[in-house]
Amino acid sequence: MTLKELERIRAKAQKELAVRGVEISPDSELKPPRPGEVRVVLRNCGQIDPERIEDYIAKDGYFALYKVLNMTPEQVIEEAKRSGLRGRGGAGFPPGQKWFFARQAVASRPAPADGTPPAYLICNGDEGDPGAFMDRAVLEGDPNSVLEGMAIAAYAMGATQGYIYVRAEYPVAVEHLQTAIPQARRLGLLGKNIFGKGFDFDVDIRIGAGAFVCGEETALIDSIEGRRGEPRPRPPFPAVSGLWGKPTSVNNVETLANIPQIFLNGADWFAGMGTEKSKGTKTFAIAGKVKNAGLIEVPMGITMREIIYDIGEGILNKKKFKAAQTGGPLGGCLPAKYLDTPIDFESLAAAGSLMGSGGLIVLDENDCMVDVARFFMDFTQDESCGKCPPCCLGTKRLLEILTRMTQAEGTAEDLQTIEYLTENISTTSLCALGQGSVNPVVTTMRHFRDEYESHVYKKFCPSGVCKGMFHYEILADVCNGCGVCRKKCPDKVIKGDKKVVHEIDLPNCIVCGDCYKACKFDAIAIRPGPTPKSRLPERR
Amino acid sequence: MSMDLLAHLQELDNLITREKPKGGALIPVLHQAQELYGYLPKELQDYIADGLGIPQSNVYGVVTFYAFFTTKPRGRHRVGLCLGTACYVRGNTKNLERLSRELGVNAGESTPDLRYSLEVCRCIGLCSKAPAIMIDKSVHSKVQPDQVAEILSRYE
Ligand SMILES: Cc1cc2nc3c(=O)[nH]c(=O)nc-3n(C[C@H](O)[C@H](O)[C@H](O)COP(=O)(O)O)c2cc1C
Ligand code: FES
Repeated sequence: MTLKELERIRAKAQKELAVRGVEISPDSELKPPRPGEVRVVLRNCGQIDPERIEDYIAKDGYFALYKVLNMTPEQVIEEAKRSGLRGRGGAGFPPGQKWFFARQAVASRPAPADGTPPAYLICNGDEGDPGAFMDRAVLEGDPNSVLEGMAIAAYAMGATQGYIYVRAEYPVAVEHLQTAIPQARRLGLLGKNIFGKGFDFDVDIRIGAGAFVCGEETALIDSIEGRRGEPRPRPPFPAVSGLWGKPTSVNNVETLANIPQIFLNGADWFAGMGTEKSKGTKTFAIAGKVKNAGLIEVPMGITMREIIYDIGEGILNKKKFKAAQTGGPLGGCLPAKYLDTPIDFESLAAAGSLMGSGGLIVLDENDCMVDVARFFMDFTQDESCGKCPPCCLGTKRLLEILTRMTQAEGTAEDLQTIEYLTENISTTSLCALGQGSVNPVVTTMRHFRDEYESHVYKKFCPSGVCKGMFHYEILADVCNGCGVCRKKCPDKVIKGDKKVVHEIDLPNCIVCGDCYKACKFDAIAIRPGPTPKSRLPERR
Repeated sequence: MSMDLLAHLQELDNLITREKPKGGALIPVLHQAQELYGYLPKELQDYIADGLGIPQSNVYGVVTFYAFFTTKPRGRHRVGLCLGTACYVRGNTKNLERLSRELGVNAGESTPDLRYSLEVCRCIGLCSKAPAIMIDKSVHSKVQPDQVAEILSRYE
């Protein structure tokens, strides 16, 4: 492949694309850009056929790689650093820095005599955060942008072999990669002597097998080596000794998809977006109790209010906003007072949460924060690999306590134990899974302590979630007797004539909540105290 | 022998020969073996251990570590109910209770006639249409408990 050939393919493909248009079914989560969005990583998703490398080339694909191969690796690293790009996989570490350390490590060892690669580049597409699927969108919709990003990264750090680790739950992403890789090889954009510049690089796919912890980079390396994914203590960092003991850089899908654009448009262009310490754009998957949910890409520094109320069009069913959960199971819940804080790595961390991969779940007044904390603890406890005791045992104890609280059995002592345990788990766990596992609990305890105290001291769940800790009451001064609740009630325990105040036959009410949801007039209230038939919710 | 190891022996051998020289062959082999046989019983694990020249304990350790691998046969239709964050807050636990009642099994189990197995998964990437259920490769979004029985009946 030469520059001339690439230009010829581009010209032909652009014409073709203009005539043909894109017939592929777009990702249901990805709508056309809404006002306020800026698409860098997602720019090609839905705009090109991901199974035709020519379509990607039509959008200037692989021109950044050509440009990079005419620079020295040191210049590439410098440019990446100057752009201010930080890793999108969670920790926010600058990729240029990572490649620099790996490059140093490669230089400090003798070249492998057995023909094995001197270093590895791994693309982390494990995306285990329940509620985040931006990496899936990129892998499915624009796999070549990730491959090009990988090739650039590999050149900078000195790797000749790459692995892309995709979770098993993403069969379409795997399929599209399995198409894209041979196409790139055929055009000489992967393989030996790329663009005749003496740079060799190839990519293999590795499929995950359903373990959240394998998103953690050292566990991921174990998993590629064919073992249980258990995080290793650091140092040595993977940049020094990673996959099969070689210098390794692990970079996230979204991070790598940014790279070609940075080299096409220049580091200054990228650094022109975002906040002082967090540059560029970030994808978010907004979901939960928000009207216009889906995948978006916005400049760093946007406020939560703009995301939820402008782009997301506000809260469903005229309910009140209670909290936004960011960062997934290792992140936290932020109350309304953070709505106007500009979102970047620093501000979210200062609020006790995380940027994480970009899941953003909106919670309303009918979400119980104790139950949300229990939900996330259930997840991390399940996914704890079992290697270090603080995480393995501590999360179990925390889950027991939170479960107790949501079953009206919490004690004052439990509140103290939570504080003691969270402190210990976060400071003594081996990896970020254990350290971060307590964040949902810590942030809800900090911002919604009244809800915890209500559960413990009054045995009352004010949000109406924890079964057996509340009941419903029809407010006589609000009810206009429309009869909707009476018709909705599955057990027919609501009585009342048309236009006359209705009443719930409490001893027979199972507290299913159908009437509460159906009432258009807010005439049904949540009150303390169980009914004889309000049973405990099923637990996993 | 409780399973028919011979059923796909040729393919299994080819697979082991193909993957063995590459590093980290175990997980790719297990993936493909599970595709061939549907599950990974002890006999199959031991055969793979021999083929790859690694201890049986390593294979067992890996199979039991990763949620994707199963040592028990699964139903013809895999009903995956999502309990990711979005589906949870949009009420998918009610659908789980209903599914469990309709099928008469708990999450992680299969019906005795092996028509369905019920699994809980974490986010299938349909959060904006939560609550979601995935059956085999098709997805059902915004599911209400009353629709569960009808949806199930579509899978013979
Ligand atoms: C429990 C756990 C799960 C993680 N899951 C992912 C993941 O799914 N995808 C990802 O890119 N990074 C994940 N990470 C972060 C990685 O360890 C690593 O920091 C990241 O892949 C580096 O890429 P980046 O520098 O481009 O962000 C996870 C970390 C932990 C502790
Ligand atoms: S949480 Fe169920 S699809 Fe994402």
